[in-house]
Order: sequence, then C-alpha cells, then structure tokens
Amino acid sequence: MALAKITSVTGRAVNVPGNDIDTDRIIPARFMKCVTFDGLGEFLFFDVRKQLDGTEKPHPLNEPRFKGATILLSGANFGCGSSREHAPQAIAKYGFKAVIAENFAEIFFGNSTTLGMPCVTASREDITKIAAFTEANPQGEVVIDLVKLEVRFGAHAVKIAQRESARDALVNGRWDAIGELIDGLPAVKITAAKLPYLVA
Amino acid sequence: MPKNLFQKVWDAHTVRQLANGQTQLLIGTHLIHEVTSPQAFGMVRDLGLKVAFPHRTFATVDHIVPTDQFIEPYADPLAQAMMDELRKNCAQFGITFFDRATGKQGIVHIVGPEQGITQPGTTIACGDSHTSTHGAFGAIAFGIGTSQVRDVLATQTMALGELKVRRIEVNGKLRPGVYAKDVILHIIRMLGVNGGTGFAYEYAGSTFDGFSMEERMTVCNMSIEGGARVGYVNPDETTFAYLKGRPYAPKSTNWDAAVSHWKSFASDPGAAYADVVKINAADIAPTVTWGINPGQGISISENIPSPETATSADDKAGIIEALAYMKLPAGAPIKGTKINVAFLGSCTNGRLSDFQEVAKYIKGRKVAPGIKAIAVPGSQIVALQCEKLGLDKILAEAGFEWRAAGCSMCLAMNPDKLIGDQLCASSSNRNFKGRQGSTTGRTILMSPVMVAAAAVTGQIADAREVFSVTQN
Ligand code: SF4
Repeated sequence: MALAKITSVTGRAVNVPGNDIDTDRIIPARFMKCVTFDGLGEFLFFDVRKQLDGTEKPHPLNEPRFKGATILLSGANFGCGSSREHAPQAIAKYGFKAVIAENFAEIFFGNSTTLGMPCVTASREDITKIAAFTEANPQGEVVIDLVKLEVRFGAHAVKIAQRESARDALVNGRWDAIGELIDGLPAVKITAAKLPYLVA
Repeated sequence: MPKNLFQKVWDAHTVRQLANGQTQLLIGTHLIHEVTSPQAFGMVRDLGLKVAFPHRTFATVDHIVPTDQFIEPYADPLAQAMMDELRKNCAQFGITFFDRATGKQGIVHIVGPEQGITQPGTTIACGDSHTSTHGAFGAIAFGIGTSQVRDVLATQTMALGELKVRRIEVNGKLRPGVYAKDVILHIIRMLGVNGGTGFAYEYAGSTFDGFSMEERMTVCNMSIEGGARVGYVNPDETTFAYLKGRPYAPKSTNWDAAVSHWKSFASDPGAAYADVVKINAADIAPTVTWGINPGQGISISENIPSPETATSADDKAGIIEALAYMKLPAGAPIKGTKINVAFLGSCTNGRLSDFQEVAKYIKGRKVAPGIKAIAVPGSQIVALQCEKLGLDKILAEAGFEWRAAGCSMCLAMNPDKLIGDQLCASSSNRNFKGRQGSTTGRTILMSPVMVAAAAVTGQIADAREVFSVTQN
C-alpha cells in the first residue's frame, strides 16, 4: 500500500481553546451507533456547537469566517478519555488535516497518526500567537512543516515538536502500519509458537 | 539484569522492529465488542484480508444492549444493526461470540477474566480504553483504536512504542469504609489525569498484595483515567487461585507448568523503574469527584474547591468551567449535595463483590423518595451469582431496579440515560460532560458503598456515617 508522504500541512486554522478536551466532547457517544465512520464529521463537537433543539451555540466552528479551516488549534491533554477512533475520524471527516495542541492523550495521538492526520505540539505561548494571527486573519495561511518542525504564519515561525516515530512515519509515508505488519506475518507465527498459551 | 513484568512480557511478544523504530508486538488475546469493531471488520474486508488468529479473538456485546429488554429486535434500530453486524462478523470469521443466548455475555472487561481468558504474562488488546483492567492479572493490556483493531484482526499484532514503567506502591491497611475505588481516585487526583502519559503503571505494595482480584481490577480499570495506557499488578497466589477451574484456564494436567510459567513474568526484585511513587493506605479517604474529569476529586469531608484556591491560571479556568457545568457552589461541603440518580455497575464496579458489599449495608434500608436507583450487573454470570445469593432481592427491596448485564448508564449508549441536568452518584469511571446520556447531565464518581449511601439519603453522604461502618 503506497501511502502519501506527509511532510507538511498547509491551510487555514481555527482555535478551539481549552484543556482536557475529551473524546466524549469531540464526539458524543450517542453518535457512535454506526457501523461505518462516514458521516461522523457533522457531529464533531456536537454538544458544544448545538443546542438541544439543533440551533447553533456560539462556537469557533460555527463562525462563517472559520469555515473551511483545516488546522485545529487547542490546549493541553487534547483527546483524553476513550480509545474511540470515532474522535479523530470525526475531526478528519469534518475536514481537518492536522491538530496543534500543547500535548495529546496517548491513544488519540496514535489513532490520529494512523489516519495520516499529524498531531503536533507547541508551547501555550506559541499556540496563542498562531491563534491571534488566525483571529486577525481568518483567511491567513498556516503551514505546519514536519521536516523543519516549525509552524509558519504571516511573517512568523514557531517551533513545534512531534514524537520521532510518528514524524518519521508521516514524512516517509509509513503512517499506516498495516502493510508492514502483514509483511511480518511469517515472523509472527514463529513468535507465537514460543508462547505456551498460543500453542495450547 | 533484573526486569519488570512489562519488559518481560514485551520481550516475549516482540516480533520485530519496524522501520520507524516501533515494535511489531504480538497480541495474544484480542477482545472485541460491537462499538469499535464493525468499522475494523469493514476495513479487513475492503483490503481483502482474513482474521489471522480467529481462535484468539473473543467477542461480546455490552455497550448498546438494553438492560430491560431481552427480546430482539431492540427498540432502537441502530442498536439492533450493531448487534446484527457483530453476529455476522463473528460467524463469517469463526470468532467465539459470548452472545446473550450463551449466558456468558457481559461487559468485555468482566467477561475476559471471568472466562479465564485473561492470564498472566500475556498481551491483550481491545478497542476500548478500559482494557487496562486485565492488567490486574499481570497481563499487558492495551486499549486501541479501530485501525489497530483492524491490524490485530489481520495480523494479531500491532505497531507500538515501548512504555516507561512507574511503580506505584500503596502500603498498609485501608481504613474502614475505604475501597479500591478510593485508592485509584486518590492516585489520579495525586498524579493528574495526564500524569501517566507514556507510562505503564505497576501497582504494588502490601495493600495490593492483600487485594482480591476484583479489587485489583477496579484499580487497573481506571489507569487510563490517569493517562496511563497500561496498568498491572504482578501475578501471585491470589491470581492463580482466581483462575483455577475457569473455562479457558489451563486444565489440571497443564496447571503446574502454567503457574510456574506465569510466575516467571513477575517483576524481579531490583528491577528498574522510570520512577516510584509511594502512598500510605491510611492516608486514603472515601473519595468523590466534584468536577468533569476523574482527577477532580476530593475526600468526602473536604469542601468543593473554589477558583481562589487554584494553583495556576489553568487550574483556575478548569475549576470555573467544572463548577459552572456541575452547578456546584465553590467552597461548600460536597457532603449534602442533592442527587437524582444512583447508578451501581460498570466495568469498574459491576462485579459480585461490589454488589455483596452494597447488599451488606443496604439490607433493610430504603432508597430516598424521588431517587431513581439502578443496579446493573457487569455480566450475566455476575447477575446469576448475585441472584443465587439473593442480593438482587435485597437491592430490589431497598428500591434499586435490578437490571440485565451491560454498560448501561456508564456511557448511556443504550436506553439508560440521565435526563436534563440530573445529578448521578455513580460507581462508574468517567464524569465527563454529557457522559451519562444527557448533554447537561452531571456525574459524581465514588465507590459502590458510597453510591448506596447517596441513594438512601438522597444526597452525597459519608457511607461510614450512614451505615455506621466500623470495620471492612
Ligand atoms: S462499563 Fe463503561 S467504561 Fe466499561 S466498557 Fe462499558 S462503557 Fe466502557
């Protein structure tokens, strides 16, 4: 399976501030009654975006000037909670291509990487700068450079970080491991044969 | 060189290094349920792949099952569709399915141990973050996303980076009225909801040595709420005694060999850890949450935090947000907060000993007027065990509705939901906004006996006072 080499993501950004934004917030459990991920995008952040009657609440994603943004900005411990891949899937299906946050919950980070959606970390201060730029220029272009590990916007550039195994997988087109795992199947059988509970 | 259990299990299951530096890790046991598996089976089909080790894959249905309707089709057509999909997938790929008709259905993290599938020194994965529960047996158990469910179905392996290991030692005797649930709520409060990111937690010390398997499971279950993907307890005689005679445990002819093999995985004396945290059991009090994540907890005798006591700007914003959502007054005692619903159940506290402990205290008492109280056994087998002991009757006489096995109001994907901004005293593991099925519903996490105390008084109460607890 040839996968795209994701060396950078370019697009407009939108800031959804807050720490500990959990997976129940990203995609409420009632929308997980599905057998495919298609259509999850419209339910992204549903309960913070919509009233019970379906009308919109004030939320960055509801603001027309941020429509079409492909980079999501947020705070610390983004994606904590459940292992549900419905969360990164909803973000990706909504149209986001990358997330910048102070840090990420472990499982969310791994799930996102496997979808080819880079999650990069930046300091609170730098995220605030990017957010201020987007606030002033909602149409302004933001570039996440996974090679130089920086984000460029307007005349500025700030440092970002990403776990090396994930960065390597993204820039080399190996972010979905399935091909490599299948190649390893003969070796899997050998390892399994050494474990009594798998032999019995 | 002395090694800890995590390293030993990791080494024994390492297939090879992958190009990006991660490890291709063999997953000995794959558990699946209806919510996170259908998309993965779809991906396996789309790629023209097969299930590599169908005999090492076990399915159950837990999240969407109604607890008051037994006959299909279910009232919710979406729930029925998920049920049908799982049945179809298991049949097509030759996977054992603990369907309701088998009498063995239940929450995936209760079924695995109960069947003896969960064993020491093994690797386990499930598309569910509370898979860490199985670590109670000295297994390394990972919660995974759906793409990884696909990977495990297709190859019985996944790509992973090694975790650091933090040893959390709790020593001494818990005070009367303090339970395993309080231990883990205390740990999460102390280390934070993301304090465990990048770590596996090894729980040890004399408190854990004295714990039953069910108590160990309660603690390991909530590792993920502290950010740790994996949590485990080293296997010992308590572990082996629990497993003996279970359907999938080794048979008597292989038993001794299995036990010595299992023992070999326990952490060596002198093994290295990334860090060690020590806790005195006597310092732990009955703990309840007041906010919107499991780290926002206080002891029952403390006051609800106020923004002024915040230690940082972030902390302050967190307190303001949580209090606004919870509609709780800053600085007031948590004790006395009126509740609307009491929920006993979930993979954290839906086992026999949880209901036994509640029954012991609630016998002869009544749920306060106007409180909706439900008790949901974690599996059909737990239900049967309780019914044999008459615990269902005791709970029903007290005013709890005795339901059928499932996740129920832990995340309310089935019809059991909070309504409006109802406040629920809950023995489950998550108090996130909207978690229990209403976008404004409120959750206070606590031990089952504390739920019982809240149910009979209609408010958050100290179970030690309500039930005159003097000894455990
Ligand atoms: S009981 Fe709750 S936490 Fe446990 S598996 Fe079910 S939904 Fe998840």
